[in-house]
This record gives sequence, C-alpha cells and structure tokens, in this order.
Amino acid sequence: MNSPIKLQPDETFILNVGPQHPATHGVLRVKMEMNGEYIVNAETVIGYIHRMHEKMGEVKTYPQFLMNLSRMDYLGALGYSHGHVLLIEKASGIEVPERAEYIRAIMVELNRVASHLFWFGAFVMDLGGFSPLMYALQDREYILDMLEAVTGSRLTYCYFRFGGLYNDIDDDFISAARRFIPRMRKSLKKYHKLVTGNIIFHKRLEGIAPLSQEMCRKYGASSAVARGSGINFDVRKNEPYSVYPEFDFDIPVFHECDSLARYKVRMEEIEQSLRIIEQGLDKLPDGPIMPEKKPKLIKPPPGDYYQAVETARGSFGIRLVSDGGKTPYRLKLRSPTYSNMHLFDESCRGMMIMDALAFMGSLDLVIPEIDR
Amino acid sequence: MICEKTRLALQKLFPTPEPQEAPIEDAGEEKDKKVPQEPRNNGLVERDYAVHGYHLDAQVSPDQLLEAVTIVDEAEFFIESITGVDWIKDGQLEVIYDFSRYDFDLCRVVIRTRVDRNHPVVPTITGIYAGANWHERETHEFFGIKFTGHPHLVPLLLPEDADFHPLLKDFKA
Repeated sequence: MNSPIKLQPDETFILNVGPQHPATHGVLRVKMEMNGEYIVNAETVIGYIHRMHEKMGEVKTYPQFLMNLSRMDYLGALGYSHGHVLLIEKASGIEVPERAEYIRAIMVELNRVASHLFWFGAFVMDLGGFSPLMYALQDREYILDMLEAVTGSRLTYCYFRFGGLYNDIDDDFISAARRFIPRMRKSLKKYHKLVTGNIIFHKRLEGIAPLSQEMCRKYGASSAVARGSGINFDVRKNEPYSVYPEFDFDIPVFHECDSLARYKVRMEEIEQSLRIIEQGLDKLPDGPIMPEKKPKLIKPPPGDYYQAVETARGSFGIRLVSDGGKTPYRLKLRSPTYSNMHLFDESCRGMMIMDALAFMGSLDLVIPEIDR
Repeated sequence: MICEKTRLALQKLFPTPEPQEAPIEDAGEEKDKKVPQEPRNNGLVERDYAVHGYHLDAQVSPDQLLEAVTIVDEAEFFIESITGVDWIKDGQLEVIYDFSRYDFDLCRVVIRTRVDRNHPVVPTITGIYAGANWHERETHEFFGIKFTGHPHLVPLLLPEDADFHPLLKDFKA
C-alpha cells in the first residue's frame, strides 16, 4: 500500500470545507463526515460574517436603516430595499407615485438579471468552465453602468426612498436599457449554446440532489430551489405587490427536481425579467417620483406589519413591530438563502462530494445574506 | 378557501370564541394613544391584509403550540420564519411563527406565543417542520429562549462561546 492511512470500509473521517473555500462563495463552512468520496453527514456552520442588522434596525431611525438592506445581499441589493420601503409605506400609509413604482420595478428586474448573470458565471466555474464567467461579467457590466448612472453606486445601492426615489431616470438610461434587451437576448442564446447543451454539464447536474416538494415546504425553500421542484411559487405572482400585476410575464417551473432544473429556472427567469423591463419602459408614465405629501418624521402606528417580496434569491420577508416611536421596536429580516441553505445538511447525505459542491452552487448562495 | 378552513381549525383551540374584543394592535385608528398597551389575551384575530400583510393571527399558550403548528402543517403551509420580540415592560418574551402557502390561495398565518421573561421555555417544532431548526437556534441565541426537545440548541450566528442575548432590550454591549 502506498498510502500510509488505511481506511476501513465503515470508518469515516471529517472533512472541513471552508470557511475560506472558493466553492462556498464566501465565508461558509461545512463540516462533512466522509466515507471515502461519499458524504455520511454534513453540518453547515454559518455566522462568520454576521453583523446583526436586526439590532441595527432597532437603534437606527427608519431612514437611517435604508442603506443596511443593500449590505445584506450585494448581488441583488435593490430587491431587498424594495421590500423595506414597501413595508414602511404600507405601515405609515405613504402613497407612492405611479412613475416611481414603475422605475422601481425596472431597476429591481435589471438587478435581478445582473445577479443571475453573476450566479451563472460562478456556477459554471464551479463545474470547471471558466470562460462563461467572463462573458457573463461583460453583460453584467452593462447593467452596473446603467444602474450607476442613476443610483450613484454599483453594488450597494441606496436608491429607494420612503414614498419614491432618490433620482429620476433620464433618456440616456432609457435608451441604454432598450439597447441592452436585444443584446442580452443574443447573449442568452450564446450561453445556451455554450453551456446548456454541454454534455459534461449535463452529466454533472442531471438527477443530482433531487429535492422533493415536501422537503421544500418543511424548510420553506423559495426561488429556483422551489420552482425547480415543480412548485409554482413566486411572490410577484402569488402575492402581487407594487406594479407587478400590470406586467405580463411567466413563472418558469421545472419538474425534474434536480440541479439542472434549478439552473434552467434561473436562465429562463432572465428572459422573463427582460420582458418586464421591456413592458415597464413602454408603459412608463410621466409624473413626479416623490409624493407631494409625506410625513417629515416616519413613525408607523403601533402594530405588527409584514411584507414579502421576490428577490433574486427568493422570498424575502421583513417584519416590523412598531411601538409608534422613531425607531422600530423589532425588525426581523427573513432571508431566502437561509432557508435554502438549511436544506443542504439533510439532502447532501449519501452524495459524492463533487456532486454536493455542484448542488451548493445551484442554491445560489450569498453568504452575507444568510448571516445578516 | 383555505383561509376560512384554517381559521375554523385554529378556532377550535380556543373553547369560548371571544366576542369581538377591542382591536388592540389595529393601526390607523387611535394614533395619539400613548397609554402602554396591555398584552393581549390568547385568541384568534383576523387582520386586514392590506394594512398588516397577513390574514390570521393566533396567539396560543406554549402548551397549545404544537397543536396549532400541526394544524397549519396539515393544511400544507410552509414555514417562513421564527422570531422573537422582547416585551420588557410586560415581563414577557414573544415567539412569532410565520407560515405561508405555495399555491395561489393566498393566506398568511401568524402563530405567536408569550412566555415569562425570566423563564422562557417553548417546545420545539422541529419534529413537525425540520426547517425550524436554524430559526429556533437563532431565536435561542438572540433572546435566550429555550426550545425544549431541540436536537442541537447551540449558537448559530454568534460565536460558539457566546453567553449573551443581544436582542433583549436590557442588553448592554
């Protein structure tokens, strides 16, 4: 025997993945009990980048907390801000001008495309294909430039205000967005040609990590994790908010339950987001972007309020318990990847380690969003 | 409608259907009310979805909790989150469970229970919803609430040797 360590058939060893491992896309650690190449048991350890946003929510006033939301999920930040402003507007009865709502939807969808593009590149890179990441980042760069011109930042946007927006969009933005849509559609075709039909890609994902609908329900999974398992659930359709009922778009659902289905859902979602952006630009009404009447001090009346939105990573919920003061009494942030990641421990048992890492990639993890 | 069905099922937990008690937490009506509010009694209240964002709001006692959660589980709700609130003036801690649905029959259910602040003990629901595991661990470390029967009640987000509960209102850093 060449190897000094001889493993008995039922003997297991502990493999520590992370917290600084490229496959975990951030500071996530998984303690895996292995039997050879097979995972016997796994325990996810999170909290390495915990910043206690919920406590910050209790000590900061409502407007001061606006910037925190985009620090949760740095890839799809606008979706989270959207949930926050919708909640406070609902609680304190602030009317939002129609134009502002349309611009919000356009921005959130652009951000969703950017987030999915990054995920696409990183996911394929996990599986060993490097060049799709470069293509994806090139397309994403266009979106970031557009968003930067309007919001002033490239990642951690603080663009939404209670009642409206910080800045109106201009003709440059509209023409750039109109140019972007056909460009992105062309790129999508390229991606499908380059990646989706690839035989190695299929072999790595097909039939891997099947998640049953029952399991999704018990863990509260959302986004592509639920929709890849045949659950037709998207907060934009199930619990319509903002101006989403005005748009004609589909929710892609695949019934294969495997990692490939989750991949297909997200790729199809890019196309659906483009449709929403297209319709939003067509329907964009004129008018103000901030309401004329707005309370100077945001003080929602005492009570308990909840708002859910569909972010790039799934159903994000935010709960406010107000005592009528200047700061929230309690602010709970329900992050979607937290529930999606929780599935991992149970479902990766018996899997080979390389399949488990592919499965982890298909969950679309952003660690600061899990840890909050 | 699933909401009506769930309401009737949950109502059975409360033997005498309480006559419309004053809506304590209803927003928008009494704005300049500064009197500290009394903790509400156990019972089921229907909320205005447009204002609060959920439909059914059931406050149960800790020993009724498993029964209530079983009802929503049987009606195929998925678990959204679990969290706590520190009502330091009442000397109580509240645990809030959020449930929602995957289908288009929109119904959000909130189950809440209140426990003594000095002796916060709630039964775990991990036996019913496996996904409650992390949520309960998080609530445990942030509020010090003990979930009896939880398989692995150790800190999740905080350091492993953390012996403080940062979301309690009397927590000083």
